Order: sequence, then C-alpha cells, then structure tokens
Amino acid sequence: MTAGAAARDGRGYATRAFDVVVVGAGGAGLRAAIESSARGARTALVCKSLLGKAHTVMAEGGAAAALRNVDARDNPKVHFRDTMRGGKFLNHWRMAWIHAHEAPERIRELERWGAVFDRSKDGWINQRNFGGHAYPRLAHVGDRTGLEIIRTLQDKGVHSGIDVFMEHTVVKLFVRDGRIAGCLAYERETGRFVLFCAPAVVLATGGVGKCYAINSNSWEYTGDGQALAYEAGAELQDMEFVQFHPTGMIWPKSVRGILVTEGVRGEGGILRNATGERFMFRYISELFRKETADTEEEAKRWLEGDRDARRPPELLTRDEVARAIRAEVKAGRGSPRGGVYLDISWRDPDYVKRKLPSMYHQFKELAGVDITGEPMEIGPTMHYHMGGIRVDAETAMTRVPGLFAAGECAAGLHGANRLGGNSLSDLLVFGKRAGEHAAAFAKRNAGAAPDPAEVASALGAAVAPLERDAGENPFALQEELQGLMQDLVGMIRTREELETAIARIEALKRRAANVRAPGNRQYNGGWHAALDLSHLLVCAEAIARSALTREESRGAHTRDDFPHTDKGRWAAVNVVCRRGAKGMEIELAPLPEWAPEAREIIEAPLEKVASLEATP
Amino acid sequence: MSGRVSEVRATHPPEAPLRPTGDSGMAPRKPEKDIPRTVRFRIFRGSRGAGLYSEYEVENEEGMVVLDAVHQIQARSEPDLAVRWNCKAGKCGSCSAEVNGVPKLMCMTRIDTLDPTRPVSVAPIKAFPHVKDLVADVAWNYEVNKRIPPFTPAPMTKAEAARGEFRMAQQDVDRLQEFRKCIECFLCQDVCHVLRDAQKKHEFFGPRFFIRLAGLDMHPKDDLDRVPMTKHAAGVELCNITKCCTEVCPEHIKITDNGIIPMKERVVDRYYDPILVGWRIVSETLTRWFSGRDDEKRGPGEEALERILERAEAGTNGAQAPKPPARPPAAK
Repeated sequence: MTAGAAARDGRGYATRAFDVVVVGAGGAGLRAAIESSARGARTALVCKSLLGKAHTVMAEGGAAAALRNVDARDNPKVHFRDTMRGGKFLNHWRMAWIHAHEAPERIRELERWGAVFDRSKDGWINQRNFGGHAYPRLAHVGDRTGLEIIRTLQDKGVHSGIDVFMEHTVVKLFVRDGRIAGCLAYERETGRFVLFCAPAVVLATGGVGKCYAINSNSWEYTGDGQALAYEAGAELQDMEFVQFHPTGMIWPKSVRGILVTEGVRGEGGILRNATGERFMFRYISELFRKETADTEEEAKRWLEGDRDARRPPELLTRDEVARAIRAEVKAGRGSPRGGVYLDISWRDPDYVKRKLPSMYHQFKELAGVDITGEPMEIGPTMHYHMGGIRVDAETAMTRVPGLFAAGECAAGLHGANRLGGNSLSDLLVFGKRAGEHAAAFAKRNAGAAPDPAEVASALGAAVAPLERDAGENPFALQEELQGLMQDLVGMIRTREELETAIARIEALKRRAANVRAPGNRQYNGGWHAALDLSHLLVCAEAIARSALTREESRGAHTRDDFPHTDKGRWAAVNVVCRRGAKGMEIELAPLPEWAPEAREIIEAPLEKVASLEATP
Repeated sequence: MSGRVSEVRATHPPEAPLRPTGDSGMAPRKPEKDIPRTVRFRIFRGSRGAGLYSEYEVENEEGMVVLDAVHQIQARSEPDLAVRWNCKAGKCGSCSAEVNGVPKLMCMTRIDTLDPTRPVSVAPIKAFPHVKDLVADVAWNYEVNKRIPPFTPAPMTKAEAARGEFRMAQQDVDRLQEFRKCIECFLCQDVCHVLRDAQKKHEFFGPRFFIRLAGLDMHPKDDLDRVPMTKHAAGVELCNITKCCTEVCPEHIKITDNGIIPMKERVVDRYYDPILVGWRIVSETLTRWFSGRDDEKRGPGEEALERILERAEAGTNGAQAPKPPARPPAAK
C-alpha cells in the first residue's frame, strides 16, 4: 500500500525518530526525559494527558529522603532498613540501597530547580513523620507534595529541549532483532497515529488502579506500561502485591476511594472504632513491637517531640493498618457506612488547615464535613501496585534490550509493601537512572526501524473497535472487571475466589476482543476505554495468577487459606509472569542474595544503625 | 436511564450568560435523603465550535458531582462523548467546564449545590478553541509557560552549598507557596475578560502566568529580574482588576490581591514612579560613566532576560543574572 492510499483509508501514520522515547509524563517520566535530554539524546516525551496532570499530582504526604534536617539520627542506612522491613524483605535489596542513598540528592536537586518545600525552624527542608519511617523523613509541601514535584519537573522539562507529545496514547511496542525498535501511539484529539522509532524506550506509565472498583487513582492508571512490556517479551514481577491504603474516603459514593493522606496520621490523627476505642494498640505485630508505643500516653509524648517515646501505632505500615481496619469492621465495630473514624479535630484548627489544606477542602466541599471539628469516616482504598515490570537494579532495563521502566510501573524496590513517601523518591531516583541509561544505550546502539507489517497490524487492531457494527460496551466490561477484582482479588484472598476470578478474567478477555466503540476517532472516550481494557485485563490476570501462586500471607498479600508468613520457600522468591506460547506463564525467581553489609544493617537494632555515619 | 431526551439547537458559545460570581445559580445545600431521583442535564455536543445542546436525564445519588453525571451519560448512552478528566479529586485541574455558565471543575461541583428548578447546563470553557463536546484546546497556555524563563537561582552561600539546599524562612516562602497551589485548570484564564472577550492572547499572559511570574519574583533565591517581562511580554497593565479570576479559582488563591496587584506595583515603581525612575537614570548613567560602558537602551535586567530566553530556546538554561537593587515595597 502506498503512503497516500494508507492515509486515505485511515491506515496511515506519521513517523518520528528519536534516540529515546519516554512513555508517561508523571514524575518518573519527566525525570527520565530531563536526564536523557541533558545527556545529549534527542528525547520525546509521550503522555496520555496534558503535561502536569499525571497521577503524581495526587501524591500528598511527601517524598522520603534521609536529609537529616529534622532528626540527625536518620541516615540512608536507616532508610534502607525501614524500606526492607516495610517490604517484608521481598524488596530487591540493591534497589532499596540505591534508593535510600540517592534520594537526598534527588530532593535537593528539585529545590535548586525551583521546588519550594516547607521549611524547618532553621530554614532547611522540613521533614514529617510517616508510617514505617523511623524518623521524620518526608520532604513535603503541606499535603500537595506531588503537585510541587510535577510542576517543578514540568517547568524544568519545558526548557530542556524535550519534544513533548501531549494526549498521545501508546498502543504497541515493537521489537526488531531482539531489541526495542519503537512504539505506535494515537493522538487523542484527531485519532491520527504516530510511529515513534527509537533504539531506547522508557516506560513510566504508573499503576493499575483502574482494575479495582474502589481506588484512589486517576483514569490513566490502566496498566499500559506493564501490558505493553509483557506483550513485548519483558517480565512482570510481584504482581500479587497490591497496596490498599488504609484511609480512603467512603462517603458519599461519588468520592468513595479518594485518598486521605497518611499525613493526617503523621500530624497526630487517631483511629477509633464505633465504640470510641483507639484500636490500633491491639494490632501491633511482632516485627514492630519494639519500636511502637504501647500506651496512649507514650504516643502523645512522641507527638510532642519526646525522643525517648516510641511512635504511635497509627503509623505502622499501610498493610498492617489496612488489615486492622478491615478486622474492626468485620467484627462489627465499624462506622454505620462501613469504615472507621480518623480524628484530627483535637488539634488546633489553624494548624490543621495549614498542614492539611487539601484534606480540609476535600472533606468540606465533597462530604460536607469540617475535619477541624469532627472525625472523618474512612476505609481502605486500592492505592498502589508494588508489582510491575522486572528491571535491572542499576540500569532500570528490562530483559528486552533497550526497554527501560521506572516509577510505579516497575517492580522491585518496594517488595511486598511500600512505605508512604517512598514512591515520590522512587520515581526521582529511578526515573533519573532510567533516563541516564536509556541515553547511554541509544548512544551505543543504532535503532532498527519497526517492521512495517507489524505496525500495520497493530494499527488495524487499534481501530477495530470503531469499525465493528455490533459489540459490547467497553465501559460496561471495565466496570465488570473492577467489580470482580474488588470482590475476588481484594485485600483478603482465597484459592476458590482467585480461581473463580481467573476464569472470569479469561471470559472477559474473549468478550473484550469484540467490544464496539461507535463514533469517529476524534476524542472518543468509548474508543479509548476499549483500548485501555486490553491493558487492564493483562494486569488483572497477572495479579490474580500471582496471588494464586503465592501460598502465604506477606505484606499487602493476605491469603485467608494461608494466613502465616512463610520463613522458608516463599521468603526467598519473587513470582514472575511472562508471555508464553500458550498464554501467561508463572515462574518463581530466587531473590538476589543480600550483600553482607546489607544483611548486617537489616538485622541490626534501630539504635545501632542510627548511630552509623551517613556515608553513601 | 441517562438517555438522550431531546436536542436543543445552539451555537457555540452557548447562550447561557457568564456569571463568574461564586454563588450565583446556587441553592443552599439540601438536607440528607431529600434529593430528586433524577436530574436533567443539557450538555454541549459538537465539534470545532459548531454544535447543539443535548438533554439527558441522569440518575441522581447523594453527593454526586457533575463529572459523575457526565460519566454516567458516557457509559450508558453516549460512549463517544468527549470529556477531559484525570483525578476526579480536584487535584489535576483537567475537567474545567462551564456549569450553568460558571467556570468550574466538574469533579468538585456537587449537583445539590446547583439550582434544582432548571436543567444543569454543561459547556466547554470558551476562552480557548473548541475541540469536541466538553473539550477545549488549551495548548496556548503551555506555549506561554515556555516563554517564562525558569527559576534562576542566586549563588548559594557557603552553608547552603555544603548542604546542597537553600536556607529560607517559612514566612518568606508562604506567599509563593500560595501561588504554587495552582493546578493549572485555566479557569482563571477562561474567565479573564482580556483573554475571553478581548482575545488579546498575543499581548497578555493571563492570571495563571501572573502568579507564575509573581511566584518567581517573590522567591527569595530567584535572581532574575521578572519586572520587564511582566510589563512588556506579559502585559500586566491590561488587567483592570475585576477579580473574576480570584472568584473562580478552585484552589482559593488570591490571584488579584496577592499576585497581580503586587506585580502591577512593581511595574509602576520601575517605569512610572518619577523619583525612582529619576534615581535609576542617575545611577545607571553614573555606573556607565565609571565602568566605561555605553549601552543606553536597556537596563541590566532586560539584557539578562534576553540572554536567558536565547538559552532557553536553545534548550539550555542555568544562566545567572543579577537582580537590580531591592526596592522598597510600594505603599497601598
């Protein structure tokens, strides 16, 4: 077919060549593109939405980095130890090590690029307490830290010589001669296709929140990167670990799932059940008993700054708090709407408004609740995916040469449970590394153009929903998927439910192959939903199959039929999914061996690690 | 439910009058439980400015927001309905529209705050070119942002360099943190008369970018003179302080009082205050005299600005330019 004929029948596409193509413009994507461009690579940034709207804006609490501005006992080794313990030791230790040591410089660099973090009494970057972090560690801006980070990167990025393709959605990655060759995207406004040719592609597409009915994620979170990488031959890892944030809004239904920042608890928010009991004292696990207050009096002293007091149990890791809330509700001690109460109203109203302004407005405007005077009603909400694309710890490259992944769509750093605040620093640290190594890879390897036949076939598949005369409604199918994931692959799982879920996902996959999107290609929501659906289904299947495989309870993965955390086999493996000839294949991959120095720190008591010098 | 009930012919922009005041068209919040079972919506459908209002009946639930209704219509009967949205939590600023003629975020507008006696009209923001249905092309704003030179820090003190971060007091950053709450919903740009009615996009940056400039100007460590750009390229003098931008800001930023007026005052001090202007001519002449330079046309700030702009366009930055000596704050 000639180019002219292709254009006439709607099968044409523009072709653009770059050294590095970054997919996704959240924190990780922007940071990768800035780095890649700074290293001389011609860089394209392709993003589903307008610049600066990515899900990173919704991060509230802060970015964890051992700056030691507020508490000098902190250092990167303590941060490393906290991250490993929070992840229930399933983290890739080397990623956790790199993350803890590079995060401080990544945060300070943002300040030099114009970010304005809240200040400490001495005028340095202030840091706040968060669950699982031994010392105040989160650089923050009130409760809108993600917005500050994305705006800083955006304003830096637009002066960095990056070509930005806003509202372009990638539908396919191409591999040629065993290496990445490029990707195909459509432009939202016109429905026209663009083929990006590049020897290096960085995926920074975020998570999979839209798999679940109750979630705190924006619409973009449809697992695009994970599914694209899987289809291109990369592996997915730790997919069973889905983080349910303990505190999401539960009422009105319209706002169900919207995040209530952990910063509320960091600032002294107390969890109570319907009887008024502060129940978290009953849920302190053995792993954290030594470091957690066991009386209200001690918890109060800690909040007042007493360094000898231990942390309140509300600041245990997210998996533990979410499970405790679920248990309280199950035991009949929940609020009338099926949650528990989070109370910050005992603090000075002006302080609450200053430190938690968007929480104040969110409840005031959407629920008619004044959080300075009454408690919030909250419950768990699907928030983050620890699992994702399996990458090399140093370079962020997948097993497909030239294909990189960073941020939430990559796996490894967080293990079985992510600590709050570690995501924003994750995307800065590994976004930068992915950009750096992608640029270096592109310099070493000339690109091969994608096979035109493959491009034509991908384009044909993408426009197929528009051309069908009959077919199911993609929105209805997505809702069905969200419902089944919420009910059967939620916080607490069993073999029977997971097997049912997999069978139903298989059936949905068949039906999704025949969805119909009426209308033309111009900004057509139904068409976009139809294309997102296939990505969601790959991720949903990987989550369910991995959850069925891991026969233990660890971190965010709780099996009712295997309630204990295994010390043997399951403590030493990651569950890995890859595309095989007959569908999804599961493999158990041994964890990388801990370096002796890392092992020593993980196993040492907190006080000993805190006394170590902060040497990178 | 949520089927199309009728179509009403209309041209773009629709006939609903613009009412920027925050509470116009609103009813007091209804008590729990007592809510209508269905609500009528009139949604602008069409492409590139031409189109019509279609009327839909939407199943109502307590606490529902306008974006929920639009989604319900899209999922149940109009799958190709174009709407831009992301977070549905008031944090990304994507779902800007005109609800009953008032610029608002659809995700933060509860249906029970709207007049129950008439259908809810939803139209795209109108200061920018229409794309399709509820989507407008806001690309112009991104082009303006590129023209603003990035944060240009002063050299660090010794103590700062040792740590790699700036030392700034919280009270000195409070006022710029207010501007940095901006979620770029562009509702202020939509409602601004200079952009919306006079269409002076070629000579006026709009409220969003005045607070961007103000945030840089008031940054204790930014070392670039932002006043010339505020006067010339950004055209701050065209603003006649109607405060419509402040009224529609979903982040409650006091755009006019805290951002635009102080920047106007700086422009006045620099270019129109006879004593300050006289002093500057004397001091610049003396400086030239003693330094042997002969550059009569431009002040140091403007030269630096051009250098920065050149580098920004060339894809590099980090240029350093000194700010002129601090000026006393103008009396109100």
